[in-house]
Amino acid sequence: MARPAGSRQRWTMLALVAPAVGVLLIWMIVPLAMTIYFSLQRFNILYPERFGFVGFRNFQILLNDPLFWSSMGRTLILVGASLAVTVILGIVLALVMEREFPGRSIARLMALAPFFVMPVVAALVWKNMLMHPVYGLLSWLTSSLGLPVVDWLQNWPMTSIVIIVAWQWTPFAMLVFLTSLQSMPEEQKEAAWLDGANPLQMFFSIILPHLSRAITAVVMIESIFFLSIFAEIFTTTGGGPGQASTTLTYIIYARAFLEWNVGSASAGGLFAVVLANIVAILLIRMVARNMQNPEKFG
Amino acid sequence: MKLHSLAAALAVTLLSGTAFAQETRLTIATVNNPDMIVMQKLSTEYEKENPGIKLDWVVLPENELRTKVTTDIATKAGAYDILTIGTYEVPIWGKLGWLTPFEEIPGDYDIEDVFPLVRTALSVEDKLYAIPFYAESSFLFYRKDLFEQAGIEMPEQPTWAQLEEWAAKLHDPANNVYGTCQRGLPGWGENMAIVGSLANTFGARYFDEEWRPELTSPEWKEAVTFYVNLMQNYGPPGAATNGHLENRTLFAAGNCATWVDATSAAGYMFNPAESKVVDTVAFANAPIGTVPNGNHWLWSWALAIPSTSPDAEEAKKFVYWATSKDYIQMVAKENGWAAVPPGTRKSTYDEAEYIKLPFAQKTLDAMNTADPTKATAKPVPYVGITFATIPEFQAVGTEIGKAVAGALAGQTSVDEALETAQSASDRIMQEAGYY
Repeated sequence: MARPAGSRQRWTMLALVAPAVGVLLIWMIVPLAMTIYFSLQRFNILYPERFGFVGFRNFQILLNDPLFWSSMGRTLILVGASLAVTVILGIVLALVMEREFPGRSIARLMALAPFFVMPVVAALVWKNMLMHPVYGLLSWLTSSLGLPVVDWLQNWPMTSIVIIVAWQWTPFAMLVFLTSLQSMPEEQKEAAWLDGANPLQMFFSIILPHLSRAITAVVMIESIFFLSIFAEIFTTTGGGPGQASTTLTYIIYARAFLEWNVGSASAGGLFAVVLANIVAILLIRMVARNMQNPEKFG
Repeated sequence: MKLHSLAAALAVTLLSGTAFAQETRLTIATVNNPDMIVMQKLSTEYEKENPGIKLDWVVLPENELRTKVTTDIATKAGAYDILTIGTYEVPIWGKLGWLTPFEEIPGDYDIEDVFPLVRTALSVEDKLYAIPFYAESSFLFYRKDLFEQAGIEMPEQPTWAQLEEWAAKLHDPANNVYGTCQRGLPGWGENMAIVGSLANTFGARYFDEEWRPELTSPEWKEAVTFYVNLMQNYGPPGAATNGHLENRTLFAAGNCATWVDATSAAGYMFNPAESKVVDTVAFANAPIGTVPNGNHWLWSWALAIPSTSPDAEEAKKFVYWATSKDYIQMVAKENGWAAVPPGTRKSTYDEAEYIKLPFAQKTLDAMNTADPTKATAKPVPYVGITFATIPEFQAVGTEIGKAVAGALAGQTSVDEALETAQSASDRIMQEAGYY
């Protein structure tokens, strides 16, 4: 069994793997091919009689649209801000939850709960029960403190969306960091204490380096999900007010389901694929570097 | 013997199977306006009279309904047998062959009784593609008690400048009374209905004669600036998310001094279960700016049958039932005359009880002064008052609506909003190949 694979075995293996790979390829390639095909057509389902090849016109129009560039910027801001908030809060929460205190398991469960709420439900709860300027909890809080009421979704649409996303995803980051913290050798911490490290030094020299792989993993997984955030925007602000929270995904939705412009939506979709690939390549490099010299971080 | 009973059992199963198959299910997509909710309730009568028919309802807010229904019909998905669509969609979809025309309408239905104005708006080349469930124009709702207290007299034809003055006088947010409630929720059928008609009377138009969008014109700037100032100064909080429904609720609860919106909402104000303004609501012509054209819109929510429906004949029968004289009598008997679907039948307005209602004649007057071919002072290439009857308008109107809502919310300046709207509309019209 252990001898090197002969050519016959290789063929058997290939034959066994082929169906799964084939299905996967079809799964991926058919929608992609269709998107590419439609992105080169003038195709609006409202006037099917005007269907036809237009070359790169859809891309050209998209690239000349100032909204496209600003929405690309907003997508990156959304991803970046949500990542920063979730990672920082996740670390803080993980450090808190790692300590022994009464009711810890319940606290952990509560801290984890938001992750299991569906995005649309989370968005609705935030929109109607927390951030609503008239009957939201936040407006009640601020007004009972004598502060002016903030109309979150109208005046701070992007900030509000980042808050909602962070609320949902911080538990995930916390969970990963907590697991990582628990795998930390006790001796190392003790040694550091004995050497007289203060808490800040402990954190930056011992804990953070230990967490760096977990951070890389969280950043990678989260960015892939954050790039495709849609439900939260759709439910709370509808890309507005004005264009203030229109991201790349929302533009694609608007082109496809408000304008029924399949050609333009497909072109936008391809840009999203390219953007996701760029981000993924950068992240994979980052991870790969960390993986190659794990001893660096112990 | 055993075999016999088995055969009998089989026969019974088969028979019941065919009986089951004979039941026709009609799926009706409609908008969550009060008149449609009444229709849904009363339709149990129809099911009782027609045991073979089972009605399934899909009731949605306006914007969602439009997305669902348009996707469904354009992709030929065929999820619905009856659609609730309006004077915008019917001519376009009728021309594309997406709707089943209403031909050979039964004599006792009396189609001649339906206002010709509305029939024309729902026809393509004299073929009727949808039957009006109700039809409406727009007018000004106001609180006569507040007006009397302040000593304001309502002129025959108010202007927007006057409305602003009155709103300023009556605005009393401490007591939850706002000077004016107007739609702010983005959507071509939401905020653009009111912003569009307001802009018309300021002399603005969506497109010039070459179909080029004209949204950065001085007229548009003046109109949108006026609207944004009016709403920011004298509107209710969160106005940018208030659509027809929210404003109707606000006005009925006594929170608004003035409101320009659909005539069809008037009946709701006379429903004591929902409305605190039964005795204090009054109506006047929709205000004008600098030109009289286009202050009153013309709209009809109508029932149409997509060409994909396999049960078109059964669906037609239901549509005739829901829009018949008998149905109107039934609503009057159940819910009172104020609740009947307005604006469709002459016979409704011949009822002494109905014409007595303060909004009845005013609705007719507003509808009759609405001319979809002359939306504003300057000539326009399109038909329609708050919209243009071209497929691209949904997209154009949605983009303008979003931009205007952004200005209303204070996210952008009016100039920026109109520039965004202009560049978006320009892109849409270019993509569609108008120039």
